[in-house]
Amino acid sequence: MVEIGRRRVLAAAGGGALAAGLATACGSNTGRGGGSSGPEIRQWYHQYGEPGAERAVKRYAAAYRKAEVSVQWRPGDYDRQTAAALLTDSGPDVFEANGPLLEQIQGGQVADLTEVVEPVKDDFHQAALAPKIWQDKVWGIPQVVDVQLLYYRKSLLRDAGVEPPRTLDELVDGAKKLSGRKSKGLFLGNDGGVGVLGGTPLFAAGLSLITEDGKAGFDDPAAARTLGKIRQLYADKSLLLGAPTDWSDPAAFIQGLTAMQWSGLWALPQIEKALGDDFGVLPFPKDGSGGKPSVQVGAYACAVSARSKRQAAAKTFAKWLWVDRTDYQQDFALSYGFHIPARISLAKKAEQLRQGPAADAVRFATDHGYAEPLLWTTADRTAYQDALSRIIKDGANPESELKTVVRKVNAELQRVKKK
Amino acid sequence: MTVGGSGGAVAEHPPPSRTPAVPDAGRRRPLGARLLGPQRRNLWFWAFVGPFALGLGLFTYVPLAWSVYLSFFDAHNTVSPSGSDFVGLGNYTAMVTNEAFLGSLGTFALFTVFIVPATYALSLGLALMVNRLRIAQAFFRSVFFLPTACSYVVAAVIWKLSIFNGVRFGLANTVLGWFGADGTAWLSTTDPPWYWLVIVTVRLWLQAGFYMILFLAGLQRISPQLYEAAAVDGARPGWQTFRYVTFPQLRATSVAVVLLLVINAFQAFDEFYNLLSDARGYPPYARPPLVYLYYTALGRDQNLGLGSAGAVILALIIALATVVQARWFGLGRKEE
Repeated sequence: MVEIGRRRVLAAAGGGALAAGLATACGSNTGRGGGSSGPEIRQWYHQYGEPGAERAVKRYAAAYRKAEVSVQWRPGDYDRQTAAALLTDSGPDVFEANGPLLEQIQGGQVADLTEVVEPVKDDFHQAALAPKIWQDKVWGIPQVVDVQLLYYRKSLLRDAGVEPPRTLDELVDGAKKLSGRKSKGLFLGNDGGVGVLGGTPLFAAGLSLITEDGKAGFDDPAAARTLGKIRQLYADKSLLLGAPTDWSDPAAFIQGLTAMQWSGLWALPQIEKALGDDFGVLPFPKDGSGGKPSVQVGAYACAVSARSKRQAAAKTFAKWLWVDRTDYQQDFALSYGFHIPARISLAKKAEQLRQGPAADAVRFATDHGYAEPLLWTTADRTAYQDALSRIIKDGANPESELKTVVRKVNAELQRVKKK
Repeated sequence: MTVGGSGGAVAEHPPPSRTPAVPDAGRRRPLGARLLGPQRRNLWFWAFVGPFALGLGLFTYVPLAWSVYLSFFDAHNTVSPSGSDFVGLGNYTAMVTNEAFLGSLGTFALFTVFIVPATYALSLGLALMVNRLRIAQAFFRSVFFLPTACSYVVAAVIWKLSIFNGVRFGLANTVLGWFGADGTAWLSTTDPPWYWLVIVTVRLWLQAGFYMILFLAGLQRISPQLYEAAAVDGARPGWQTFRYVTFPQLRATSVAVVLLLVINAFQAFDEFYNLLSDARGYPPYARPPLVYLYYTALGRDQNLGLGSAGAVILALIIALATVVQARWFGLGRKEE
């Protein structure tokens, strides 16, 4: 019988640990490029639903030669994850930001990217770029532009004798006619549009969230009148509520639970596949004589952490990916999900965006697109959404509710301007 | 009789002195030995308690103290504010005058009013039924207890998507449809506030089994002789026996159950958050304090100073409520 000595056991354990380490290193997919050199850069993305998007961003990272880029694809509540990570040194170097927010910029959490963006600044979709600028500096590079639209089912509207709505009054009347026991006229989300509509009805009334001279932009009787009409949709029982999926998913529209739905451009391929050409898109209809159609645009941006120890390398990588490599930007915007490339020159070249509802969406985004301004803080958004909920669901007086929000917004504006 | 000493003559009646009555009296023990304690008890005490105490200090008391510190600063997007961000009691003033925070306390109060009596009655009822069973008692005890093992998140998602969704094929709306009634958007309707039905039922389903077990333990501690004596005295079985024998005997269990239920109600978060929030936020109704503070401190706003002030206020309210409740119920008082 072979005697097993202490040395032999230790040697075996050490060998095992080494083998396990090697196996782990070989088996884990960090998204690093094989032949890259230089510093290691940590890049974070939120989890996209579209198949292939994760593989694509890892492919872009692997193609970068000046640094090793490790990609983290983060499911769950991404905004809170990044907000928490940016308080520490262990956060990302480069990351997707649903912003960046004014508080993050003022708190010194994100790096100035003006030099990176400046040479191509005019080529970006201006409504999407505007909220990334604070004190004439650019704090994030828009990656893609997302547009929110009103989808309508042509056949259902035709059967009910309803024209595609061009005014808010037509939308209210049409939604009522299209509502029955089995399906509803309009789906604005399970909360009745409180979360997703944001400032859209205000823009449709010719107003804004914050004026150019930095005041609450809806201290106007037109705001109360327009929000009262959204309440009317709820009171008429024209809104679909409590659907298994929310506004961002087109399932309710495709399944015939609603004749019209407010959703994003990203849903277009799925709707087209299910309904063929039996659908169209519209902006949110205008209200009143001073009104104008409105669509909300938003853009995830690429930001660089100000706490990064490899900030210069991270900026160089961000420039390479989101300014120089236009082929990757085009691929990312259109090959997996369905977004408008953030660069105007790329959007113009995209075949997929040249016809049908997609072309309409691009036109709406160009002509009627607005983005939530940078000065619209989270506290403002919460106060406004709470008021909107009380107006729509409880029938609260829109004028008094909005007056409270105006006071709150003006106080917040004073606070952030002091910083 | 001789006292102590390792030998030698000792006076039969020693004079009063401070000399300890230990074997090596008069000889000071080395510091190491004293630290270790008799039979190394101190060493073993810290070996077992030390890691827990360290964890408790590091992960509970330090963050708690840091949170109190932060509550005096304008700490937006930072956990290490500078002196210029000091706002004194500003965050506390803002919090106690904030309608949304006060509303969240109102939500909690309403939730407590619903959930505490409902869970108490249901779990006691279940315990009484299971206790009377002569066959398959263990089976039914397990059946009612099993939901306790389910996570609040999973249960909330099932309630939201399968049972109480607002479309015609949701379970609750299907049942309504059989009676010719229109479907209801359970979580989106505020008039009437059907969302309370969803919130209360999910928690009832999840926690009634646990409290049933506590009541079962209490019921099994009641002496059979008491029932015999009550029967001899003419108490009728059923309500009268329950009213005058069972219920008073469950007093200690009832006090513990109510206390736990109230504390659990204060901690309500998971089912509210998963039932009512979406990617865009949380509606102003049925927003309990923890959900509100979560959005304030850890949401995109990252207002850690204001959130900390709210957490301190909430902790003080919970402490006060617990003390008042304990005194009211006579918790810890000796049985008469």
